[in-house]
Amino acid sequence: MTAVEAQPETKEIGRDRRRKEDARLITGRTRWTDNIQLNGMLHMAMVRSPFAHARITSIDTDAAKAAPNVLAVLTGQDVADDQGVMATAWPLSAEQKSPTHLPMAVDHVAFAGEVVALVIARSAAEARDAADLVEVDYEELPAALDLKEAAEDKVLAHPDLGTNVSAVWVLDSGEAGTGGNVDEVIAQAREDGIVIEREYRQQRLIPAFMEPRSTVVDPTGEQITMWTSSQIPHITRFLLAATTGTSESKIRVIAPDVGGGFGGKLQTTPEEWLVFVAAKRLGKPVKYTETRSESLVAAHHGRDQWQRLTLAATKDGRLTGLKVDLLADMGAYIGLVGGGVPVLGAWMYNAIYKFDAYQFKTTNVITNKAWVDAYRGAGRPEATYAIERLVDELAAELGMDPLELREKNWIKHEEFPFTTVAGMTYDSGNYEAATARAKELFGYDELRAEQRERRERNDTVQLGIGVSTFTEMCGLAPSRVLGQLNYGAGGWEHATIRMLPTGKVEVLTGTSAHGQGHETAWSQIVADRLGVPFEDVEVLHGDTQIVPRGMDTYGSRSLVVGGEALVLAADKVVEKAKPIAAHLLEASVDDLEFKDGRFGVRGTDQGIGITEVALASFAAHNLPDGVEPGIDAEATYDPVSFSFPHGTHLCAMEVDTETGETRMRKYTCVDDIGVIINPLIVSGQVHGGLLQGISQALWEEAVYDDSGTLVSGTFTDYLLPTAADTISFDIDHTTSPSTTNTLGTKGVGEAGTIASTPAVVNAVVDAIRHLGVNDVQMPCTPERVWKAINTAGSGGETVDAAVPHLSTEEGQA
Amino acid sequence: MTRINLTVDGMKVSDDVEPRMLLVQYLRERLGKTGTVVGCDTSNCGACTVHLDGESVKSCNVLAVQADGHDVTTIEGLATNGQLHPVQEAFRECHGLQCGYCTPGMIMQSIDLLNHNPHPNEQEIREGLEGNLCRCTGYHNIVRAVQYASGHLAAAAGSSGAPQEVTPA
Repeated sequence: MTAVEAQPETKEIGRDRRRKEDARLITGRTRWTDNIQLNGMLHMAMVRSPFAHARITSIDTDAAKAAPNVLAVLTGQDVADDQGVMATAWPLSAEQKSPTHLPMAVDHVAFAGEVVALVIARSAAEARDAADLVEVDYEELPAALDLKEAAEDKVLAHPDLGTNVSAVWVLDSGEAGTGGNVDEVIAQAREDGIVIEREYRQQRLIPAFMEPRSTVVDPTGEQITMWTSSQIPHITRFLLAATTGTSESKIRVIAPDVGGGFGGKLQTTPEEWLVFVAAKRLGKPVKYTETRSESLVAAHHGRDQWQRLTLAATKDGRLTGLKVDLLADMGAYIGLVGGGVPVLGAWMYNAIYKFDAYQFKTTNVITNKAWVDAYRGAGRPEATYAIERLVDELAAELGMDPLELREKNWIKHEEFPFTTVAGMTYDSGNYEAATARAKELFGYDELRAEQRERRERNDTVQLGIGVSTFTEMCGLAPSRVLGQLNYGAGGWEHATIRMLPTGKVEVLTGTSAHGQGHETAWSQIVADRLGVPFEDVEVLHGDTQIVPRGMDTYGSRSLVVGGEALVLAADKVVEKAKPIAAHLLEASVDDLEFKDGRFGVRGTDQGIGITEVALASFAAHNLPDGVEPGIDAEATYDPVSFSFPHGTHLCAMEVDTETGETRMRKYTCVDDIGVIINPLIVSGQVHGGLLQGISQALWEEAVYDDSGTLVSGTFTDYLLPTAADTISFDIDHTTSPSTTNTLGTKGVGEAGTIASTPAVVNAVVDAIRHLGVNDVQMPCTPERVWKAINTAGSGGETVDAAVPHLSTEEGQA
Repeated sequence: MTRINLTVDGMKVSDDVEPRMLLVQYLRERLGKTGTVVGCDTSNCGACTVHLDGESVKSCNVLAVQADGHDVTTIEGLATNGQLHPVQEAFRECHGLQCGYCTPGMIMQSIDLLNHNPHPNEQEIREGLEGNLCRCTGYHNIVRAVQYASGHLAAAAGSSGAPQEVTPA
């Protein structure tokens, strides 16, 4: 037992390990939900409402039922008693208005795409064919589509509610005692300072994960098993039990390989609930896989807000007050966390700056469109966009460099920990360091010189430089804070470590990765903590029967919260192994030290590896009195605080002033995300996040026509960028370790998306500000940019542009 | 039903298929070649890209009957004797994937791109992958992967083209 195995020399944390996940993903050895085939499996197809708002007057299913190989056709009436209901986990108040959201409509549909009937057949094609034979009669009702009009209750989305306003939620620094009265501060600035007032549009976006959602439910056997393309298998299991009456212990939910989520799979869905009820009824496995069009029409959307903003400052550029008044489109129903999404921004509008007073107010409005819920960043991109656009506007007003104005107002690195005007305590950060590095990498001064030069010679292609010095709150979330916010669950995370007798280590995590590389990063953390080889660690996740407890993956929480649970579980394994090691070494526990996977007796060369202790405790032949066999351990970690990544993003855009065409010239970002576990994975998270934020600025928008039909309902119409639309990014990091977790990590999943949108729009506006432009509405299409240059305003609504395109009067536009 | 005979990943197969069956459905549902996936209904995303007689095609845009008598290679047929294709290796090395859903199509298209242009510059790579959507990577590391593969394929072939220096990420 003294022959201690050689331990890995390199510390794993910080190493750019190639991912363990990739071996299966690059060879097609994948287990997407739609790959699952079971004996006797049946297929489901949906019949969806073509109307945004209607009453269902009759449904004739006879022809569909008579179609070949059709086993069942079900309507909302048929499943009214056992279909369950879609839950809202985050009511903003007891008074919140929330229409009942049934998996399948019974007599009223509230958006185009809502399920009104389903067909189950032996093949997917036969189910689809038969779905076309279902005859539904509707009495069409006026639809509440425009957000501002809906807020005025001109047309009611759900007449029974009596209003479209779901909830109003306010955070006020004067009332909370975290700052002054914002109205007084603004009034003061109107007298002797500067007030910037703007209204910005956060257009509706679609998460557009690449794997369409798919669900298989197998009701045979004692437990009903659901495989589903989801970020949240644990939450899904809980809510299936809570809303359908099926015992939680009879339900197993598995998220196998999941092809992206970005918040879009942070949802329990009508489709999942309907597959569940249908499989139970038929007693056979049932599969449903959505088409891309169904995904775009009926999976939840993101953003969709109007932001009315008032920024107050002194004449020398000191920020004094910020007032935020949002209209947030919830769509037809309040999603799982949809009502809370605007609220997640409430603590972030003040960003990295010191203010005297602050007020945030959101009015959540129900309309007849697909419901809105989390999309990468959820509330925080909207906040960052607003403040970073406003600060650039103030810099223009003052004739100051936007970075100088920011530095004048941001929290200095020696001032951390710092409690903001919104009442959040930021633990660490260094905005000076990130900005200095970003300026250097970007070539800030050179690009400013080029910009001046192009201005002076009236170049038709102008250069703009956009800045975004963002911060965000990650690591959702301390359970007590969630309780105060009326959220329906905690924010802890769970980990179990099993020390197998063969020397291998199984890690069970309650997080549920869908592209983030947890299998690799978690292996690195555990390998370091236990001193075992990276290759010997196996990470298991996404199955409620294997990992019984978990809060799943969203909100840049997995590493910050789930990673700490791993650390705690690993430390418990060491503590459990220690008395056994001491016993086997015939030494005192107090004389042992644990290093690189080995318990050594201080002052001797005697020692025993932790994997040998695992084997000895498995055999259990020779254990100390009163010690249980086994050194497995589990831990559940509830975060004490959020973490606050930050960064400085710089973007250079070229704008052709004759055509409105924009071209990205350079994008540089320096993010401080605390300690980095795997720089390769981090780079991927940043690149992908950047492009999603850039894409909001330049390309993406979910557009409804005036009858409530989603006209961007395919990938031909909803513009996702391709490789040819984009450039390579320059990324780097500074590191201020978080002080609220052992590993010093902060979270990176959403950073790029949160930061990049305002950097791009600031750059576009900066390029053409000398032409009298101070805003271009997103997405900054060539048409909008051209209009902003050539007419007053910010370029107009997309829907106005889209309708003539479809109308016959306009000919072949 | 129509009888088709074709070769898929070196395996000779013969089936009766409905005339409307897409090649991707045939691969996934009849042959269990689930490495090839479907991402959209409109041939925009390229997730289903395979090689038909060595040329990339979107298998959602080809009928199974059109593949009759032809040779199909999918992501599952690239590695030989446990040895990854250099482009597969490059995607792993350069972290050219995250969720992995677009990856089979992205790899098949990258191979086709390099078959036609062994030494593409960055813009040629970007344009060559224009028909394949990825939502995770921002394309940055996919471009690096193709550059990396280009260099390694050239080195392996003893070609005179100098491999480009590429550091992942």
